[in-house]
Amino acid sequence: MPILTISGLRKSFGTTEVLKGIDLSVSNRELVFIIGPSGSGKSTLLRCINRLEEPTGGGIAFDGVEVTDRSTDLNALRRSMGMVFQSFNLYPHMTALANVTLALRKVLKKSRDEADAIGREALAKVGLSDKTASYPSELSGGQQQRVAIARALALDPKIVLFDEPTSALDPELVGSVLAVMRDLKAGGMTMLVVSHELRFARDAADRVIFMDQGHIVEEGPPSAIFNEPREARTRAFVAGLLR
Amino acid sequence: MTAWERFLETFFKPELMVQYWPDILEGVVVTVQIAAAVVVTGLALGLMLASVRAYQVRFLNLFIVIFVDVFRALPPLVAILLIYFGLPNIDIVLPSFAVLWLVLSFVLAAFAEEIFWAGITSTPKGQWEAARSTGLTFSQTLLSVVLPQAIRLGIPPLTNRTIAITKNTALGTVIGVSEILSQATSAQAFTGNATPLMMGALAYIILFIPIVAVGRWIETRFAWRRA
Amino acid sequence: MEVFLHQFLNFEIMQKVFPLLLKGLWTTLYLCVLVIPLGLAGGLLLALLSLSRRRAVAWTTIALVDLFRAAPPLVLLILLYSGLPFAGIKLTPTAAVCLAFFCNTSSYYGEIYRAGIESVGRGQWEAARSTGLSAPQTLTYVILPQAVRNVLPDLVSNTIEVVKLTSIASVVSFPELLYSADMARSVTLNSSPVVLAAVMYILLLWPLVRLVSRLERQVAAR
Repeated sequence: MPILTISGLRKSFGTTEVLKGIDLSVSNRELVFIIGPSGSGKSTLLRCINRLEEPTGGGIAFDGVEVTDRSTDLNALRRSMGMVFQSFNLYPHMTALANVTLALRKVLKKSRDEADAIGREALAKVGLSDKTASYPSELSGGQQQRVAIARALALDPKIVLFDEPTSALDPELVGSVLAVMRDLKAGGMTMLVVSHELRFARDAADRVIFMDQGHIVEEGPPSAIFNEPREARTRAFVAGLLR
Repeated sequence: MTAWERFLETFFKPELMVQYWPDILEGVVVTVQIAAAVVVTGLALGLMLASVRAYQVRFLNLFIVIFVDVFRALPPLVAILLIYFGLPNIDIVLPSFAVLWLVLSFVLAAFAEEIFWAGITSTPKGQWEAARSTGLTFSQTLLSVVLPQAIRLGIPPLTNRTIAITKNTALGTVIGVSEILSQATSAQAFTGNATPLMMGALAYIILFIPIVAVGRWIETRFAWRRA
Repeated sequence: MEVFLHQFLNFEIMQKVFPLLLKGLWTTLYLCVLVIPLGLAGGLLLALLSLSRRRAVAWTTIALVDLFRAAPPLVLLILLYSGLPFAGIKLTPTAAVCLAFFCNTSSYYGEIYRAGIESVGRGQWEAARSTGLSAPQTLTYVILPQAVRNVLPDLVSNTIEVVKLTSIASVVSFPELLYSADMARSVTLNSSPVVLAAVMYILLLWPLVRLVSRLERQVAAR
């Protein structure tokens, strides 16, 4: 039983169509990896799922709710879909803990004590128990991204969307973020990840999607996509990345 | 008479518009002249003060800082009244337009000095060192390397400040400078109708809206974003 | 020199007019307490409208803001105070001053807020919205605190300008500091009251001027 079902999803910016009919479903506890050249529409797909971008056509069913319905409570929906951005987007004027607890307090209306307890737990999960009082500017890129992951986890989401979570990081900091993602996978979190970390995809992903020019070209288990891709475009892209 | 007709009769009476537009135009000429004079002398004086400040002569710096702070804190109308009504008592008589020009130039100079000085101090030390290493003197470096960069940095904040200060030419009406507002209020008193006043307001708006728009454009063109 | 001191620094006259000027100073402060919050609130509204996704709303707001930035505040004030009575609308000096100031100061504050909001990256909006915060919540807790911090020097600097601007209320006989001082000058035929008023303005605003310089340095260093 899939938790997320995307059918015929289209998105245009002006006259350019970026998503040309995407069909994709994600099951509970599944880690789905999306790869593809830049401009293929991966990030747009992710941003359409929680409607940071308004889809132009098609449907998105999430946990029994139609996301694109006008009557859908968008804020409630987004709460149950965590999102992690390439550029972290931490609030620079708040401590790590305040970053994590803002939505708990303002959206879920939890008391400060309760929110702080949840926030500390989430920061502990990403290995940053000792950084609760630090401001983003005092943290390394890897630490900032882990705070951003904690911010998403604190709301107890049913899925977490990762939009190139390690692309802005120095190579030596990537590992700490991937380790957190691995832990999440082990804990049974449903994840949809746009990333170029092929080794991580090979180890951890249940399924890999290859996108190009607004279409899903090919999908399958990582071994199939990386070792014996059926489509020429997939083969060329994977070969380019592995080189 | 409907309310609309009454409104037109009060603020846009055609006969009066025809009759008084030469007066308003005369005011426009005076306003433009004083505004232009203020921009030239104010910016020049500001740039001069900032350059002098770069030499770090303690006594001069103290004077400059006091001058700048006073004219940033003092409402221009206070200075105008003080000079216009005060100086004749010690036998210095300045024509009213000269008082307006002096005061607004000082105010603009104070703000310009701060902006140029900020530009000078934010020019990287490497620029000084590079220029001095090629044998340029301190003054040559300041003049041909640092100031051009400082001026460029200062353009966006200066534009809006300059517009705001030149608009203060309207204060001249209080001491009888025959600029737009003064022409408009005297015509209004004479005719007992608000049309000349509306014409004056429109004249200011027609005069300044293009400048405000250019200022907006300059600001976005030179804008630097903070993260 | 003696004539100069007598005309400008006559302590006897200053002492005599001091209570009157003090009353004027209080009126100036009272006016500030009225017009600064009004301008700050109106400015925020104009900033939000000028950033509206509806083009018509945004452009109308920007046109209005530019109109009020092009009109000298004294012209607005006189138009409202001496012009409106001809149309049968008589405003009290306080109402005319507040209205003219509102049009002028909220336009300037509005531009400052707008620059501040634009200086906060789009990612901040997206991150906050992705955690379920509504648009007003995002604005209140995430965007505005950063926006205000980024443009704090400009906000304080504009506030100084507003305080200085209150002096033009004297032109419509509003009994603030400059009006009181000018009254005293015309009665005593001596400029010392105006010098005293100037000193009061400088004492009031000089700390703020210094504060702006410090804030500007801090923001530049960031």
